[in-house]
Amino acid sequence: MKKRVLLSLIIFLGLLTMKCQAKDTLVVQKIAPGWYFHFGHHELPNRENHGAIANIGFVVGSSCVAVLDSGGNPHQGLLLKNTIEKITEVPICYVINSHVHPDHVFGNRSFKAKGVQFVGHKNLARDLQSRGPFYLQRSEEQLGIKLTTQDIVLPDIVVTDSLILDLGNKFLTVRAHGSAHTDNDLSVFDQNSQTLWLSDLLFVEHLPVIDGSLKGWLKELNVLAKLKVKRVIPGHGPVLSHWPEALKTQQDYLNMLLKEVRAMIRQGKFIEQAIAEVGRTTKSQWALFNDFHKKNITQVFAELEWED
Amino acid sequence: MIIVRVVTSFFILFFVNSVSASVDDTVWKNDLKAQFFSGRSISEADNVIAIEAPYRAEDAALVPVRITSKIKQTNQKYIKKITLIVDKNPIPFAAEFNFTPLSGKADVAMRLRVNTYSYVRAIAEMNDGQLIMVKKFVKASGGCSAPIGADLDAAMKRLGRMKFKFPSAAQSNEPNLAQLLISHPNITGMQMDQVTRFIRPAYYVEQVRVTFDGQPVLTAKTDIAISADPNFRFYFIPQASGELRAEVRDTDGNTFSQTARVEP
Repeated sequence: MKKRVLLSLIIFLGLLTMKCQAKDTLVVQKIAPGWYFHFGHHELPNRENHGAIANIGFVVGSSCVAVLDSGGNPHQGLLLKNTIEKITEVPICYVINSHVHPDHVFGNRSFKAKGVQFVGHKNLARDLQSRGPFYLQRSEEQLGIKLTTQDIVLPDIVVTDSLILDLGNKFLTVRAHGSAHTDNDLSVFDQNSQTLWLSDLLFVEHLPVIDGSLKGWLKELNVLAKLKVKRVIPGHGPVLSHWPEALKTQQDYLNMLLKEVRAMIRQGKFIEQAIAEVGRTTKSQWALFNDFHKKNITQVFAELEWED
Repeated sequence: MIIVRVVTSFFILFFVNSVSASVDDTVWKNDLKAQFFSGRSISEADNVIAIEAPYRAEDAALVPVRITSKIKQTNQKYIKKITLIVDKNPIPFAAEFNFTPLSGKADVAMRLRVNTYSYVRAIAEMNDGQLIMVKKFVKASGGCSAPIGADLDAAMKRLGRMKFKFPSAAQSNEPNLAQLLISHPNITGMQMDQVTRFIRPAYYVEQVRVTFDGQPVLTAKTDIAISADPNFRFYFIPQASGELRAEVRDTDGNTFSQTARVEP
């Protein structure tokens, strides 16, 4: 009897340690030498996915790992961290936050550790301060998780123009862009493998979301188009390899908004009319069109009203 | 069979109730009504003004809301004031618009910040003191949307720029529609000092005064619920040619003005 109890205790403890050792991880794909990405689904952040919807990844050098967006919630951040630790013993030195949106930054908390530096656009701290309280307040209702001030992590390294991170035999060029998708967008380019991470500066399949400046975004895309790129990773959607054609579907949508909204403003029409009428025919080309198209028109109208 | 139906409808009722729990008047009934209209009776009716707002706020930072009046502004009977309240916003008071018979029509359109699922209500006060209310429930937007302007730098650069727009040619002795655009960031105060040890006070437009040849047409007291780059549409009656003038004051005491010639 005693023996049996002991045996089951041993089995139980064994199972327990097994479970501890096999940490939960994310499914990632190796898309270039040292580049790994986990791909999100085209969903709105909600109480089922807890905001884990964006593409997130990491780059491994010989001395450092750089995380490219930390995920939509602390748990997803932890899963990403586990995944990195499973793949490499190289330490995490940097967490690059592409911009302020919740699906990209709320895994940050799980990476806070000695030796880890957070990298962000010069406007990121400002936007985390102004939007942060609102995002935290609504996290329970929107994401079904309770975020706290611990989840607002301000950047240690601030990018005003561009800088190069040395990961050991791997150099990442981090660029701060002018107001585009948001007013605090970063991109990361690996010159060596010609791999470009645009995060939400590029949407593929998922409708582009304007939360910065339409004209600014088009301008930044024109500059980016001049790079020599072998593959580009968007914030939402699959990796694309034709460059700069990869940008075209998004550019067409943004140019359509520019043209149509501008025409309505010149005709003296109001924002309500524009929201109801502009660009309905492009609906079939995009996922989540109904969720973001009207927001885009709203933003564009408010921006273009000040053109003349 | 009947029992089953009763049970089903009970469940449907229960479900609907729990889902629409946020569609409620409690904040209004328990706090706001007494705060803004202490001891006064307000009738809920749609024969004086109507309110239009989208069912879902597509952008939390910019929700177009329009009030249309159903009566003419005459010297005998006119809408003196319309108060806009967003029940569940951190600061529910959005704006108060004062009209005169010279307004022609007490219509006003604006853009609001709507933080969460909330009623947006408009309370009209007649020149005899009667109060009439209309309301519309607005579902908050989801995702990355926040009730903050998207491009603060651009708004700061334009700070104080104003313009008038007139959708149609001026007509004398008729209510004419005008649009006033004010570039101002209308920044919410920041409260995250525990993280940043940094507090920025709120900075927004608090008063808008529009006159036609010196006579008041629209006077508004505005608060932080008004979107960045405040934008108002309203009516005025020009008897003859004259000058439409807007004066704006913000919480830092800065004043901005703009005029437009009106030639009916």
